[in-house]
Formats: sequence, structure tokens, C-alpha cells
Amino acid sequence: MALIELKDIFKSYPLDGFDLQILKGITLQIEQGEFVAIMGPSGSGKSTLMNILGCLDSPSSGSYILDGKPVEHLTPDELADIRNKKIGFVFQGFNLLSRTTALENVELPMVYSSVPSHVRLEKAQHALKAVGLEERMNHMPNQLSGGQQQRVAIARAIVNNAPIIFADEPTGNLDTKMSVEIMQLFCKLNQEMGRTIILVTHEEDIARYAKRIIKIVDGEIYSDKRNGK
Amino acid sequence: MIDTSTTFSIALRAIKANKMRSILTSLGIIIGVAAVIIMLAIGNGAQLTIQSEMKSMGTNLIMIRSGTSTSGGKRMGHGSQPTMKASDGNAIEEKIEGIALAAPVLNDAGQIVYGNANWSTSIIGTDNRYFQIKDWDLAYGRYFSQTDVKNAGKVAILGTTVVKELFGDVDPLGKTIRVKGIPFTVIGVTTERGQSGPGMDQDDMIYIPLSTAQKKVTGISFPDMVNMIMLQAETAEDTYSSQEAIKALLRQRHNLGVNKDNDFVIMNLTQMMEMMETSTQVLTILLGSIASISLLVGGIGIMNIMLVSVTERTREIGIRMAIGAKSWDIRLQFLTEALVLSLIGGLIGVIIGLAGAGLVSVFSSFKAVVSVFYIVLPFSFAGFVGLFFGFYPAYKASLLNPINALRYE
Repeated sequence: MALIELKDIFKSYPLDGFDLQILKGITLQIEQGEFVAIMGPSGSGKSTLMNILGCLDSPSSGSYILDGKPVEHLTPDELADIRNKKIGFVFQGFNLLSRTTALENVELPMVYSSVPSHVRLEKAQHALKAVGLEERMNHMPNQLSGGQQQRVAIARAIVNNAPIIFADEPTGNLDTKMSVEIMQLFCKLNQEMGRTIILVTHEEDIARYAKRIIKIVDGEIYSDKRNGK
Repeated sequence: MIDTSTTFSIALRAIKANKMRSILTSLGIIIGVAAVIIMLAIGNGAQLTIQSEMKSMGTNLIMIRSGTSTSGGKRMGHGSQPTMKASDGNAIEEKIEGIALAAPVLNDAGQIVYGNANWSTSIIGTDNRYFQIKDWDLAYGRYFSQTDVKNAGKVAILGTTVVKELFGDVDPLGKTIRVKGIPFTVIGVTTERGQSGPGMDQDDMIYIPLSTAQKKVTGISFPDMVNMIMLQAETAEDTYSSQEAIKALLRQRHNLGVNKDNDFVIMNLTQMMEMMETSTQVLTILLGSIASISLLVGGIGIMNIMLVSVTERTREIGIRMAIGAKSWDIRLQFLTEALVLSLIGGLIGVIIGLAGAGLVSVFSSFKAVVSVFYIVLPFSFAGFVGLFFGFYPAYKASLLNPINALRYE
């Protein structure tokens, strides 16, 4: 059974009395261990799709089965629980808590799943080591470079052993050298740790790191191809 | 679910991040709690002062005074129509259940002379039961003897104020003083009692045997006359329950027909004391409630800052929600922050309030007495105010949509 199964997903927002259709029937399956890039021009609906896949938002209609469980009608608190246990997020703007050390930022998902504090500390240190930041654990975000901040965010995404990592333009705020490092880290997570990675980007050379590229245009899947590197 | 210690450490961190703002926000609570503590302490002090003053007059007291007389249309006030006899008191003590003691009191006032010194004071003709009822010891000397009473002995017990004014440092025992021109021997001095109310010095008095007062010092209009009988009931309850029986007995003894009014007045001092206590209690509550208005205003300050804080930290809330914080976690976080803010303010307020109550006692005539209850009350009220006014901002934060919150700039 696929890890993610979308069937006929529609999403619309009310705008000036009309319903603005963003997603127009997306059907899609993603297997455990895949590395998928979702591409598309701005306004294509890729961010909305990302939000629905990431359980940050619910579809207007259609069904979404995540890891064998239908999630389309869950309450916000139930979705929060799923995000906490199954999903790790990496955002373009890093979204770390300011005035909070790297270590504490990484501990955050476990704070909300009642992990005892000594276990939290151990797992957070382990995750920071995995992204190569063992030297910077007690630095605040503003004492870290962009690439280092994004590594902290990645550590936060993997610390709870979530099977899926969603990365929304993870290299958008980084220069080329750092982007390469971050993308190599994603590849490593995918290959060595078996994490399913779903990447949203509009940059072709970033998408090339993925094994499968789904293009969204105007709320519909335009193409869905294996990446023949 | 987030655990309690983590919640508190997050709250403390947020409060420390904006130190100045946190202090200013707590200021309303600080002032409110301090004001409530000081006001309650003043009210409490007033109550204790009244209680101790009343207690110094004697416990479970009933006074019976002669009734009123009318002279040419003018009503003359209590005691103006002499009707009471010392024997009335003895009858009450003997026959009425619940009455332990009855002391006769015949008042007079006059000039007292010792050597070159003279002093005007109250003269009280009574017997030893007076001191028993008032639970009043002698500093030195002796009470009246059987002989003094029987023979109308010219002996006097002095209050300390009189001793001070007439004798200075001289030992007054055995000395002869003149009371309205009649020589008396000083046999005793009472211990110091202080005031029984503003301007009423209980030590500015001399006591002589009732028989002496009746026969030699005061001009009385009929035999065995007294101005007042002071009764001590066995319990506070008896001061109420014995009144009807006393009234009936006195009416019978004074031969009052059915249509005649009482020619005496019964005053229950326990009742008066209870009334005064009630009125100071009302005063305390009033002062406390006025002060707690500032606590409420402080609470509004907290709500205001928490609302600002929620808006400022929209992105933080978005991050927390994306990572798995449930709405309850977010609510708890902001509620805890408001609670910690108000409790820190409350704690500082308690310290300032205690210091303030101390200063009031030192620098003013009010006696401010702090009790544990009057500290716990405003402190917990501050906590309640924090929770109450913190609820809306926390609720608002918990309703945020993670997508919009993450996009918030």
C-alpha cells in the first residue's frame, strides 16, 4: 500500500463571492522511500497541494489516505497529532524559533509528544550530529549561517522519526554552494535513512536531485515522470 | 500534550525576552495587590483595636441605668430620673439565670487634693465586684474590706493617672487625700488599663466604697440609690437571653403598672461590640474592594500586552502548530505566561504591601495588622485575574490557522 494516496483532490477558496478553484482533481500515489519533487509556476497550486499533503490544510473534496489512515476529515488537533508523528517540515524561511538554541529548536516536536526531557536531549543531539552540526548545538539561530539554520530545521524534521519530510523551497534563501550541501543532505536522508522526501521547488537543478518529478500547472498534474539521471 | 515544567520554562523565557514590558505589565498587579494588602491591614487593625478596647471594659457586660425624667417639657436623658437601687443589682445577681455578678455604681466627680497638688477626676462608689467584672487587678495595695463597706470607711483605690497627677514619684499607699474636702486614706492602686475609647481614660478615676459614696460624698435623693448597675453574664449568649427576665424583675421591684414605661434602660455591651465589629468588617470589605479595582485594571493591562504578544508571535505560533502543537498546547502556553506574569506581580505586590502596611503603622495613627489570610486572598486574586484576562488572548492564539500564521510577516 502506498504511503500517500490522493484521490480526486479539489480545493477552492471563497474570493469576492466566487469560489476560486486552486486544485482541480489531483490523484496521486507516493510510495514509502520515494524522493519526489513537485514543480510548477507560481499560482499553479503547488503550495496548496503541499499544505494538504502536509496535513496543514484539508481538501474541499476528495480523499487522502496517509499511511493507511484517511485524514481528509480530521479535526485541527487530530491533524496536529499526525504532523507531529508522521511529518517533518523544512521551510524556505527556516522557521526556527528565535532566542532559542539549535538544540532546543530540534527538541520542539518532542515537546509536543510528551517525550521525557532526557530522551529529548539525547535524540536532539543525535539528530544534530546527523546533519553535521554537533559543534553548534548551543548557538542561537542568529549566530548561524543560512545553511546551518536550514540544517537545524532538517534535524528538527527528522528527530521524531517521522517517515515523511516535506521541504518547501528549502534552498530558496541559500546561495548555490549551500544549496548543494542541503540537497546532498536530503539525498543522504533518503538513501541512507529511508525517509520519504517531498520537495516543492521551481528550480530545475534543485528538482533534479529527486527521483520523480511531478509538474503542476493550473491546479492539475501536468506531468509525472521518473527522473532519469 | 506538553508537560508542565516545559510550559513554565517557555513562559519564563518569553517574559524575560521583554523585561521592561513585563515589568510595566505587572505594575498594575503589583500596585493592586499592594493596595489590597495595605487596605485590608488597616481595616483589620481597626477591628482589632476596637476589640481590645471593648475587652478592656469587661466581657459579657450589661449596664442598667436609671430611666429618663421630663422637666418642664425637656427630656433629661438616661440616668436623670433616679430609680435604681443597689439592692436591685443584688436581686438580679441572685435570681436571674445566666447573670454571674452585679456591681453597683454611683458616679460623682470632684476635686481631689493631696498636699499642694489637686486634680479633678471621676469618683466611683462601688464594691469589689466592680473589679471582678472588669477583671482588673491592683498594681499594689488592697481591695475594700468588709469593715470598709459596713462602716462606710473613708478609703480609696486610685487609678494610675490620678496617682501620677497627685503623687508623682511618691508612694501613695497610706497617704491621706481629700475628696471633695473629706479626708480619705489610699489603700490601693489599680493596674494601668488605657483608653476604653477615644478620650476615655479608664485610669483617671478613684474608687470608694458604695456606702461611703452614698452617705458621705454624694447627695442622694433616696436610700441605696445608684446611677448604674453593671452586670456580667456568664456567656455572650446570656447577655441576650437574660434581658427579658431582668426587665420583668425590675418592673416588679419598681412597682410599675402595666401601662407604665420602664424607668430603667438596659444596655447590652456585647451587642454594641458586635455592631461595631460588623461596621469595621464592612469598612474592611469596602477598602479591600476599592483596592481590588486596581487589580482588575492591572488584569486589563495583562490582557492588552498578551494580545500584542500573540500578534507579534504569530509566526512562532505557526511554527509550533506545524510541528504538532495542538490548540490546547498553544492556549496553555499563553495562559501560563499570563499567569506567571500576574503571579510575579502578585509576589512583588505582597512584598511592597507588607512594607507599606509596616510604614502605615509606623508613620500614622492607624494600626495596620497583616494576617496570612489577607495576604493569600489578594495573591490568589491576582492569579485569578491573570487567568481570567489571559484567557481571551490565549484562546485567540489557539484559533490561528497554521498556514496563515506561518506566512505572517
